Amino acid sequence: MKTNRFWAWLVFAIGAAYFIIPLLATFEFSLRMRRGTYSFDAYASVFADPAFARSFTYSVVVGLFTIVVGVLVVVPAVYFVRLRMPWLRPFMEFVTLLPLVIPALVLVYGYIRLYNSSSLIPFTGSALGTDILLTCAYVTLALPYMYRAVDNGMRTIDIGTLTEAAQIMGANQVQIIGQIILPNILVAILSGAFLTFAIVIGEFTIASLLNRPAFGPYLVGIGTNRAYEPAALAIISFVITWGAMGMINVLGRFAPRTSARTD
Amino acid sequence: MTDIAAPPKSPRRIPWDSLAVFPFVLFAVMFLFLPTLSLVGAAFTDRSGSFTFDNIAGLFTDQIMAAYWISIRISGASALLGALIGLAITLAIIRGKLPAGLRSAVMTFSGVASNFAGVPLAFAFIATLGRLGLVTIILRTVFGFDLYRSGFNLLSFWGLTLTYLYFQIPLMMLTIAPAVDGLKKEWNEAAQMLGASQWQFWRYVGLPILWPSFLGTLSLLFANAFGAIATAWALTGSNLNIVTVLLYNQIRGDALQNPGLGAALALGMIVITSLANIIYLVVANRAERWMK
Repeated sequence: MKTNRFWAWLVFAIGAAYFIIPLLATFEFSLRMRRGTYSFDAYASVFADPAFARSFTYSVVVGLFTIVVGVLVVVPAVYFVRLRMPWLRPFMEFVTLLPLVIPALVLVYGYIRLYNSSSLIPFTGSALGTDILLTCAYVTLALPYMYRAVDNGMRTIDIGTLTEAAQIMGANQVQIIGQIILPNILVAILSGAFLTFAIVIGEFTIASLLNRPAFGPYLVGIGTNRAYEPAALAIISFVITWGAMGMINVLGRFAPRTSARTD
Repeated sequence: MTDIAAPPKSPRRIPWDSLAVFPFVLFAVMFLFLPTLSLVGAAFTDRSGSFTFDNIAGLFTDQIMAAYWISIRISGASALLGALIGLAITLAIIRGKLPAGLRSAVMTFSGVASNFAGVPLAFAFIATLGRLGLVTIILRTVFGFDLYRSGFNLLSFWGLTLTYLYFQIPLMMLTIAPAVDGLKKEWNEAAQMLGASQWQFWRYVGLPILWPSFLGTLSLLFANAFGAIATAWALTGSNLNIVTVLLYNQIRGDALQNPGLGAALALGMIVITSLANIIYLVVANRAERWMK
């Protein structure tokens, strides 16, 4: 058994080295901007750049809209399919698997062909329309994660009983979803939301092909023109991703545990 | 899975069920089905709008085949290595009697690292293994080993594979951990009582049980790397001839000078990732028998 443990530590140590060294190296590199000494100049330069604030704000706003639209599309659908139309489940599973199968690059190619300015629904004809298309593209991209989070959330609460109880008390459908179901799966929804945010915030492919001034294309621009700022931006992005994932972990502790499991 | 009794019918006439599911279906149609179908259609249409196989035939040129091939090789290598290394680390953490607190820390980190893809990841590896990267410099000044003179290049097959592993390994760990958890302690004890060695346990019990999940995740990782572009783009610009970069240039400025050929290129990508995922679905069905 001793040897077993030795190998386990060895594998773990090599893995940890592979994951930690790039982070350390990036951090070290980001401090090298001033010659001969370590400084946070690269970070100062990044934060002083108005394009950083502009593109970051743009992506945050698109991310927030993506979360809202995603919740509005997914939550009612999952609720009613679980409650009344279980025969639609395979269809939902299939649809939510598609964004993992069809590369985002291919999807956006389809959007550009389908929704150009001379088409029936000219999304790309105006800046606002393109913003809407970008948001919808991100909702699609995040669909597998949002769906799974919400579906898991609904599995742990007994939506059948809750719905019946609410109906007996005289609640209508909007009240049931808004005041009974939603608060009960809030933790699951927030997990999906943070994951969505982590995916959307630095997304490059779709934003750049739709020509939107998002954070991802800004990053690539900095990467080709600057030396030390990219490293600082990589560290900043890592911290943001860490923050989003950390929130999911923290929220997990508040998830309802007293569940009437239905499966 | 769910047998919730249908609640009594609401007296109101509003068809809430269909109304609630409608946005989801509309979304699926507008942003998944129609765009894909439009590309399939375009792949079989020539400039004048009539049916043709020319676009598909046009894929079989040296440049395009080379692009598909290097994409398949990078995705295959990063998926296979990512799956093997990810499995090894997961086994070490869950079965290797390492401190219990380590597991949740590692899994949290995996969640972060599997989402730390795209452009920032490319920046991190340039700062690490680029010509001025920390590891490159340390290897040269401390160990006297010139990485770049030895033939390594971050902007190459192995460089890109090494970079992709940064999100492939954690993704493997997150997906395979439930399967590793499903290996019951009792099975190991039973095998030992029957006189099996540790090696025999893994060879005849442990790995065969993990095998379907392993294969399934492998195809997921493959599709994941195959569709990736941001990392490659930020690392190499448009220099590396992988199929996503080729398609990106085609969408940007009709680099192939034939829209139908671009659609065929996209169709080829869907076919390849679908094949990988069909394997995943078939295999995942088998794997679930052991998860109960």
